[in-house]
Amino acid sequence: MSGVMWRPRGTRVSAGGARVGPRPGEVIDRAKPFSFSWEGASYRAFEGDTIASALVASGVRVISRSFKYHRPRGIMTASYHDPGCTVQVDDEPNVRGAHRRVLPGMVVNSQNSWPSLRLDIFAANQVVAPFIGAGFYYKTFIKPQRLWPYYEKVLQRFAAGGRVDSESAHARYDKRYAHPEVLVAGGGPAGIAAALAAAEAGARVMLVEEEYELGGHLRWGGQEELDLLRQLRDAVAGQEGIEVLTNSAVTGRYDDNWIAVVQRNNPHVVERLIKARAKSLVVAPGLIERPYVFEGNDLPGVMLSTAARRLVNLYAVKPGMRAVVFTANDEGLAAADDLQSVGVDVVRVVDARSGGRLVRARGGRVLSAVDLGDGSSVECDLLVTAVGWTAPTLLTNMAGDRPIYAEHAARFVPGLNLPPNVLVTGGIAGDGSPDQLVAHGRATGTLAAATSGHGSPLELPALEPADHPSLFRSSTHGFVDFTEDISSKDIFAAAKEGYDSVELVKRYTTATMGQAQGKLETLNTVAVLAAATGRTIEETGTTVWRPPHVPISLGALAGRILEPVRYSPMQPWHESHRARPIVAGLWIRPEHYGDAAGEVRNVRENVGIIDVTPLGKLDLRGPDVPRLLNFLYVNKWSKLDIGAVRYGVMCNEDGVVLDDGVTGHLGPDRYFMSTTSSGAAAVYEWIEDWLQTAFLDWQVHVTPVTSAYASMNVAGPKSRELLSRVVSDVDLSPEAFAYMNVRTGTIAGIPECLMWRIGFTGELSFEIHVPAGYGLEVWEALMDEGRDLGVGAFGLEAQRIMRLEKGHFIVGQDTDAVTQAYRAGLDWLVKLDKDDFVGKPELVWESQREGASRLVGLQPIDPNVVPPEASQIVSGASKIEGRITSSRYSPTLGRSICLGIVSGHLVAPGTVVTIQLPDGALVAAKVMEHHAHFDHEGTRLRG
Amino acid sequence: MILINCPNCGPRNSAEFAYFGETKPRPDANETDLAEWSHYLYMKRNPAGWTSEHWYHREGCRKFLVAERHTVTNEIRSTGTPGAGHGG
Repeated sequence: MSGVMWRPRGTRVSAGGARVGPRPGEVIDRAKPFSFSWEGASYRAFEGDTIASALVASGVRVISRSFKYHRPRGIMTASYHDPGCTVQVDDEPNVRGAHRRVLPGMVVNSQNSWPSLRLDIFAANQVVAPFIGAGFYYKTFIKPQRLWPYYEKVLQRFAAGGRVDSESAHARYDKRYAHPEVLVAGGGPAGIAAALAAAEAGARVMLVEEEYELGGHLRWGGQEELDLLRQLRDAVAGQEGIEVLTNSAVTGRYDDNWIAVVQRNNPHVVERLIKARAKSLVVAPGLIERPYVFEGNDLPGVMLSTAARRLVNLYAVKPGMRAVVFTANDEGLAAADDLQSVGVDVVRVVDARSGGRLVRARGGRVLSAVDLGDGSSVECDLLVTAVGWTAPTLLTNMAGDRPIYAEHAARFVPGLNLPPNVLVTGGIAGDGSPDQLVAHGRATGTLAAATSGHGSPLELPALEPADHPSLFRSSTHGFVDFTEDISSKDIFAAAKEGYDSVELVKRYTTATMGQAQGKLETLNTVAVLAAATGRTIEETGTTVWRPPHVPISLGALAGRILEPVRYSPMQPWHESHRARPIVAGLWIRPEHYGDAAGEVRNVRENVGIIDVTPLGKLDLRGPDVPRLLNFLYVNKWSKLDIGAVRYGVMCNEDGVVLDDGVTGHLGPDRYFMSTTSSGAAAVYEWIEDWLQTAFLDWQVHVTPVTSAYASMNVAGPKSRELLSRVVSDVDLSPEAFAYMNVRTGTIAGIPECLMWRIGFTGELSFEIHVPAGYGLEVWEALMDEGRDLGVGAFGLEAQRIMRLEKGHFIVGQDTDAVTQAYRAGLDWLVKLDKDDFVGKPELVWESQREGASRLVGLQPIDPNVVPPEASQIVSGASKIEGRITSSRYSPTLGRSICLGIVSGHLVAPGTVVTIQLPDGALVAAKVMEHHAHFDHEGTRLRG
Repeated sequence: MILINCPNCGPRNSAEFAYFGETKPRPDANETDLAEWSHYLYMKRNPAGWTSEHWYHREGCRKFLVAERHTVTNEIRSTGTPGAGHGG
């Protein structure tokens, strides 16, 4: 080929493709060829090919268009993080084409190009490139503001990334909890050796490797490496106690070795999140090769030495015909040898260690020539660079360690601040021959096993980072971040604009914020910024690596949906009687059975039953229960006869209303407390907090029994009549069983039921609590017995109407996070002469304040206007005086009724206030004397 | 997630617990004034260092525990059942 005038044309090298004869370490299976589709055309591949290797084998050079400038890009690293190989596979966007194995029939398309990869109209971005430098969106598209919707549409077109198909079938995701004793992150020679040593010592080992098979860089090495690889793989296969996860990655290390692993090699689950608690973590991710910054460094045909070696040795692919190799280390020379061995014409090997310099690469769509420091230009279609390495220190950083810049090695390395159960081995610790890496890995494995309680540790051999020349940028400007299209010129510009801290530069330019999240970009960004600001790399510092180490799908993070639902035992009856369900916390409850107003009328005229099982219920026993009640409620509890019941309100230490309910004295040292449904769990914990951390000597035992009892409220003038038909061992007459009393007895044959005479709805009513297993039976018995009395079920909506008619507030609806007891209208309940209770001293101070806003009853002047809850109460042009907290149309009164908060100067009964409806209309309402709009003396209750 | 050594159950994932805040002595409600009470309600020491705090084993034994935790490293050097004087 030499001596012939030669130019690369189009996107194909030759019709025959670039696949060469068998390589000793190849991972492709030539006995299994198949076809797949790329950009609508059919291409060949072998089992084991990645999408990118199959394309390069067919001579495809342009695989994607870059984010901002839509520059043509090809293979560059041939690894997971390759910035030029992100493609759409079927309906899956953003697939890492240089990692993902191609499958028969796979449909692959490019992303971020329109109308096609070849003729990408947005390549016109390159023309306006001077105007869309880093941070351009902070400076453009700002004015005129009215054009923002248009700017958005324009910018959307430019947004990178693949296509999400909303019709995609739901995939299956799963979570798993694991407890390995030793978790090894990285399956290269050191990681494998660590896993083997730990397992030999008796530890349970999990070995996680990003690639589809173990081996790391041994896989594309020479015969010596391949022999060692086979040995290690055989040893792992024969060793008990090692769980190997390939095509998986550790995404983060959290406190106490809580480790997240994304597993992709389980055939039944697309992606699985494993949450592992490991006793020891061995960090062995190897080293990631660093790109060189120079003009033209993103041209298809420019790639790293490890890319060339992977393509040649793993996939038997010739990456080009005529190559220049620019290297600062021996790995670059090895790449040159590998290329030559498959017939690539390596025309120049430029060694930086002996003064060689690379100035720029040139070409139109693809690489065509290279300019060197000695003034010469070389025509070629392949430029391989080998200028150094980056240690991926995410996991050690997350363990609390800050990386240190090792200038002699030209890279950051882990510091010395690791906890004893986090160890490093392999390339991230230092450089060495495969045998040296294995020896260090073994010793590290024994140390990890010993830390987890198995065996005794070997002494760690030395493994130090080797000297390496500092080579980051040539004399020209080039790309620093390939996926964000940020060049070194942008970083210089940012520094000039005053963004001279590395954290600011990162965010301002978005360098390191692309697909590789800094793995290919961070050190170059730091080096360029250091040069731009006249500082050393050490002085400039580095940004913080952040999890996840590799992308993880939202599906895997979400896992399976496990949302518990709580039903009362009477649920089957509700369902078969057309109850409309409403979600109340975790509970499903009946809102109504078709006619809430009708249910209200039936309760007030006959008898209704409502399922109130979610009501919080606490069994309190012990001689100190009255002390507890006195402390937690705002009123007094020392004198409550056995059989009597009292209403109580609990406040927080800031005097704000926390919960309300009724508590009854059931027997000697035995009380029963009810709370609001939504407060059930919180009040239980509130009580336990005081008993366990403040009043350790009080003798009180609390048992939450909310779900132990099915609860129902039998309400209406005929409720006593109905109950007497199913209760025979309790005297229900008004003389024997007065209002605000509790009895225990047998209902419909079920013993140990509680019956309370209380009344949220304002009617004569009995709240009964039945052992939960018999709830449905008792409910049905009541429905049966009460047929001739007109019994009917009523739901939450009817209950809300009736309680509002009676002016009973609902904590959290009529009160909020600043409603202290007096503001809620509880003057009559608060007993400030008690010694100490929760709410003192705030309530003392509240009682002394005058003119504060209060909760009042309100009735709109127009009886047919029902202001929506949360409507504001206003005065003047725009002054807010309060709001409507509860509002309904009352079937009993034939008019609208409300509760609301109003400013102090408006609380006098008879005051007319103005309510602003959501549509802006203003309506008048009158402040009432009481919260109750109906029967405020409670005569119906006490019958 | 931090590993918390529950005095009853042993080392468990912190996700099983509810955090109940720094331990702090409660002023006498009858003798206190607005400044002292507000300080008790709203101010926290929040040191960059060792702190004493309550955790509640909500998804376990439902017992409270007192932990001494270093707020920078999340190291927990002791956990115990609240005794007299740990009042909150």
